[in-house]
Amino acid sequence: MLNRLFVQCAQCQTTHYIQFFKSAHYVCSRCGHHARLDPPHWIRQLCDRGTFHSLFTNLKSLDPLDFPQYREKLDAAVQKASGWEAVVTGHAEIGGVKAALAIMDPGFIMASMGSVVGEKIARLLEYAAGHRLPVVMVISSGGARMQEGILSLMQMAKTAAAVRLLHGKRQPLVTVLSDPTTGGVTASFAMLGDVSIAETGALIGFAGPRVIQQTIGQKLPPGFQTAEFLLEKGMLDIVVARRNLRATLISVLKIHQSRPYPVRGSGNE
Amino acid sequence: MKSAMDVVRLARHPKRPTSRDFIDYLLRDFVELHGDRRFADDPAIIGGIGFFDSIAVTILGHQKGRNVKENIRRHFGMAHPEGYRKALRLMKQAERFGRPVITLIDTPGAYPGIGAEERGQAEAIATNLYEMSGLRVPIIALVTGEGGSGGALGIGVADRVFMLANAIYSVISPEGCASILWKDAAKAPAAAEALRLRAVDLKELEVIDGIIAEPGEGAHEHPGETMGHARKAIASALNELLVLDAEILVQRRYDKFRRMGVFSLDDGFSGLI
Repeated sequence: MLNRLFVQCAQCQTTHYIQFFKSAHYVCSRCGHHARLDPPHWIRQLCDRGTFHSLFTNLKSLDPLDFPQYREKLDAAVQKASGWEAVVTGHAEIGGVKAALAIMDPGFIMASMGSVVGEKIARLLEYAAGHRLPVVMVISSGGARMQEGILSLMQMAKTAAAVRLLHGKRQPLVTVLSDPTTGGVTASFAMLGDVSIAETGALIGFAGPRVIQQTIGQKLPPGFQTAEFLLEKGMLDIVVARRNLRATLISVLKIHQSRPYPVRGSGNE
Repeated sequence: MKSAMDVVRLARHPKRPTSRDFIDYLLRDFVELHGDRRFADDPAIIGGIGFFDSIAVTILGHQKGRNVKENIRRHFGMAHPEGYRKALRLMKQAERFGRPVITLIDTPGAYPGIGAEERGQAEAIATNLYEMSGLRVPIIALVTGEGGSGGALGIGVADRVFMLANAIYSVISPEGCASILWKDAAKAPAAAEALRLRAVDLKELEVIDGIIAEPGEGAHEHPGETMGHARKAIASALNELLVLDAEILVQRRYDKFRRMGVFSLDDGFSGLI
């Protein structure tokens, strides 16, 4: 998407000049569709310039089940991603507030959660607990990484438990759900945010729309499983347009820095 | 040795003992408890309190029907958010009164439907994973039939996880996997092999702690004997766990799930991010 002069909106097919599209935060000026971003783009969108430092870059996926076609899929994804995995982790400053940061890349096997994603998320939460840092996660995922079988399912338990550790040190998890956030990732750390933010129009759900349609044998209502739908049902705190995301994050992080009445003695410290 | 698909068929066998059968066999003075206090009582999750030997316990599990009519009422053991929230309510109640928890896993998966999504299926499961990882009483999970993905794990974060010999536990159904992988649900047998979803596979992958033997053709033919083996495994796990301090119990449970996963540490890597 970077090396071209023009890009097309994935939703309405309108052609945009890349420089204009970029200054509009990769949001279509015609239909408002938020284009999916890779981690370097997210870092530029959200972090103070030059403050991002990566962590746990040496974790690499293996093929523990010797699953059909997985090795090839992984190699292709790694190639395309110029080295990173389905989640990039690190720390950065956002509006001057230091935070631990995870960014998932839907370009990498739909950012599905295998052992590496689960391990990096758990390590980041433990790092943040140890350093008393708030955590920001930009989430998008197709769900569990089927090719790692039961090991991928267990990453749900591992990551959810690690959020608990963060809370033990009284640090917040701020989640940003972007398009799409589904399956096992939604049903673990993505839904455990102290403040849950979603991008305008993002698909967010547990079961995929196709599976639901097959099960119930009827059409799904318009807008079903969009960020706006979840907000209405009480499952999210805030739905924001991308241009307002950084400012929203800064407010939330700054408010959590202030502890006018520190809680003593309870909690699992 | 049975093929993976043979085991899948046994795990789904209509005559296989259900959670209610296990509860009746394992517990004395069982009192069924209902409802999540938020929305409804989910018939796909059954739970309550009673005595296991002389030990007061909370027990809960997915409940499939024993016939078509009951299966329709119980959504084939596929729980809604209110089912997971009822399970959580019973577990928190157990924690309050110092009772260990036994969970029985037998579900094709969490229910995929409009109401389930509206009421936060993902949030309900996520919250259970979070709360179970910190519950300050022992938890023992037993996969009795189908361990279907997040819907199974939603009551499966335990200090000891056992599987019946012909139970399965998988991130996706073999049919679902085959239709994603080969666009052909009929290739489920190949997917079942690839997913490594049998008890023996999970033991090898160090995801479960033990396998409960099923005599002969399986639990549907020898329910009493099978449940007798389950009782012994649960009794000895309770013996080990009830003497532990809550801090140690919770720490070990964290470590147990923390260890799961296979990856490499490539120290030579020097990429941008």
